[in-house]
Amino acid sequence: MIEWYAIDTWIVVTGMLCAMACAVLGNFLVLRHMSMMGDAISHAVLPGLAIAFLVTESRASFSMFVGAAIVGVLTAVFTQWVSRFGNVDRGASMGIVFTTMFALGLLLIVQAADRVDLDPGCVLYGAIELTPLDVAFELEWGDQVFDIPRAFVTLSVVFLLNLGFVVLFFKELRISSFDPALATTLGFHSGTLHYLLMTMVAITTVASFEAVGSIIVIAMLVVPAATAHLLTDRLSTMVILSMGIAAVCAGLGHLAAITLPRLIGFEDTSTSGMMAVVSGGLFGLTVVFAPRYGLIAKKMSQNTLSAHPRDVSSNPTVSN
Amino acid sequence: MSRSFLILFILLWHAVAFETSGSAAVLHDHARPGHEQQSITNREIEWPSKADLARVIFLRDYNTRLVVVSASLLGTACGLIGGFLLLRKRSLMGDTLSHATLPGICLAFLVLTSLGGSGKSLGGLLVGAGLTGVMGFLSVLAIRRVTRIKDDAAMGIVLSVFFGLGVVLLGMIQKMPEGSAAGLESFIYGKTASMVLGDFFVISGVTIVALLVCMLLFKEFRMLCFDEGFAATQGWPVALLDAIMLGLVTIVTVAGLQAVGLILVIAFLITPAAAARFWTHRLSTMLVLGAFIGGLSGWIGAALSGLFPRLPAGAIIVLVAASLFLLSMFFGTARGVLVRYLRQTQLKRKIGRQHLLRAAYEALEAQVSDPERARVENQRIPMQDLLSSRSWDLKVLKKEIRSAYDDALVDSYDDEFLVLNEVGFVEAAKVTRNHRLWELYLIENADIAPNHVDRDADAVEHVLGEQLVEELEKLLPAYQDARNLPMPGSPHPIQGGVE
Repeated sequence: MIEWYAIDTWIVVTGMLCAMACAVLGNFLVLRHMSMMGDAISHAVLPGLAIAFLVTESRASFSMFVGAAIVGVLTAVFTQWVSRFGNVDRGASMGIVFTTMFALGLLLIVQAADRVDLDPGCVLYGAIELTPLDVAFELEWGDQVFDIPRAFVTLSVVFLLNLGFVVLFFKELRISSFDPALATTLGFHSGTLHYLLMTMVAITTVASFEAVGSIIVIAMLVVPAATAHLLTDRLSTMVILSMGIAAVCAGLGHLAAITLPRLIGFEDTSTSGMMAVVSGGLFGLTVVFAPRYGLIAKKMSQNTLSAHPRDVSSNPTVSN
Repeated sequence: MSRSFLILFILLWHAVAFETSGSAAVLHDHARPGHEQQSITNREIEWPSKADLARVIFLRDYNTRLVVVSASLLGTACGLIGGFLLLRKRSLMGDTLSHATLPGICLAFLVLTSLGGSGKSLGGLLVGAGLTGVMGFLSVLAIRRVTRIKDDAAMGIVLSVFFGLGVVLLGMIQKMPEGSAAGLESFIYGKTASMVLGDFFVISGVTIVALLVCMLLFKEFRMLCFDEGFAATQGWPVALLDAIMLGLVTIVTVAGLQAVGLILVIAFLITPAAAARFWTHRLSTMLVLGAFIGGLSGWIGAALSGLFPRLPAGAIIVLVAASLFLLSMFFGTARGVLVRYLRQTQLKRKIGRQHLLRAAYEALEAQVSDPERARVENQRIPMQDLLSSRSWDLKVLKKEIRSAYDDALVDSYDDEFLVLNEVGFVEAAKVTRNHRLWELYLIENADIAPNHVDRDADAVEHVLGEQLVEELEKLLPAYQDARNLPMPGSPHPIQGGVE
């Protein structure tokens, strides 16, 4: 028996917004081999939070957000610098930058910690279960009154921004993801576009952390896009599919979080964690059942090939 | 008399204070404010006294000794293995694996509790962590093998899904009536400075295993790093070797995770190896250097955090490693930024000089009516001829000429004319000759059309060495006359503005 309240609807809606906002950008991260960026930024923003606190002496969420977003963008910039000027592998430079930033953040927090309880765990990770309690404003519609959560407002803005960005720059993003050199010869700077994309990723990551927690962001930046990548060869289809998958993950994730633990005697568990697990499950299913790149489809096409060898040899392009 | 007593007393008191608070609280990880046990108001960094300095440097204190030696051992092992990861472009594997251990830790806790144990036995939790760590890297390998998803996305997927599962399990554990899950998170954040003897044994055991395996399988791992396909065609068990390598990463990660924390392990696996890469092109040297840099940053960082007890040891070690990385990045002798910049400027200068000399020689050649027969003489060259031969403006051209003048190749120059001196003229003839030889070689042996050959020759001629020119002369026997150095005619009309 599922008990479903208005609060659950809000959680699912907020989760969907966040998941789709991340997934829409995630497509381009996956295509550019930068899937770990979300994880890197989520660790690297710590000094931004600490500096914002030390400068403003308050834990106001806006200054924290600005600090974290700036450091998020800096992480992307530094990563790019180290990998370009140092000629270091992109993944390695990402790792070096974010561990260093995190360590700096820890040092700064030690400085700040005596004056306030600035626990990275608390500052960094919002909990999606609590989002409906933080109400931004009330909306009257007919004779009903809706309490609109603050996270819903933030994430709607972020989602629309990301969607607008991708729709507006779709052509440029596509060319520069697949062939940055061609993009440059066609007259737009793929480097600028790269930094723009990284800025969007940083803002999305920080806004989502603060609203719903980091694990959703890290998972939704990679998994839906990778799943969609196995289902289609068209970029536009892949973007739309990834958003759909992200939304499904959010819905099923919350459902699983409030139902599954009952089976083994617990009340409920973390929705954000469950969303990541569900997305992993969907990815696993896709790996097996995907129409063209799935294990079964591949096996079947292999069998067809070996059953009719003459079809292959009679093919003029294969014979020589 | 009384004064010296006072000093002695203060010194002693310092020592005692360091002993009592030092072993437990001072060397504690201050990252989490909840563990703050010292003064709440004073946030100044206290400078260590000489006695403390000596104590830390000579490792007199038991706890310092333990932390410093363990940290540098772990750094050594990670720096070594990190080298292979770096070359396989899998540096973030440590990140993935350390997140993938969380569900294992939680599962082990659940199982141990349901069996009636305390749930926090170190061995049990380590086994759990290792188990999901292994599952994590096997999943990465499987995703890479059966799908078209690349390494980075595979690592991202495994990281987030496993970590999500861990969060789910943790969410349930925290609702358990015992509420005894409090210490579980220290597995994630680590507690570098409060290591115990058990940690030391685990770390040294893992280090020895890592060293041994890397030495025994050095040849195989090298092949795997540089040419996986070739290794497979030679019949080597590539998948197994890959699994062994990642297995090593897993045990190092798990051992380090619980001793020093997640961020430090991730940094240890990436930074020292990446720093070592700047100093050498040899794999063996790079591995040894990476291990050394890892060990050194562990040593310096842990010692520093012993001196400044208020600073978290893990963070200090990461920052020391990052500084070593920055130093190597700029000053590394093989691939450092500075060295590469110097090399590039040198090459640029050489290319600019050769462009000038060849343009000058070709301008002189144009003044002679029949270059095949008449000798080209060193005369004054109109600037206009030089300007039209290449896409440069007067400013760039004069800069080149000035630099050639400084190197005593130019006799005189002004806005109208350029006069080479004898050395410059000979040099110009040589440069032009090399260019023509290379062009002829390309036309004869690479089937490049004469009207296309100039640009192709241009890309290579600047790096032609003496030996290569001799070989060209052998291949083009018509021009093989050591004394007269016959000049081949240009195989194409010389036009202005062609690069």
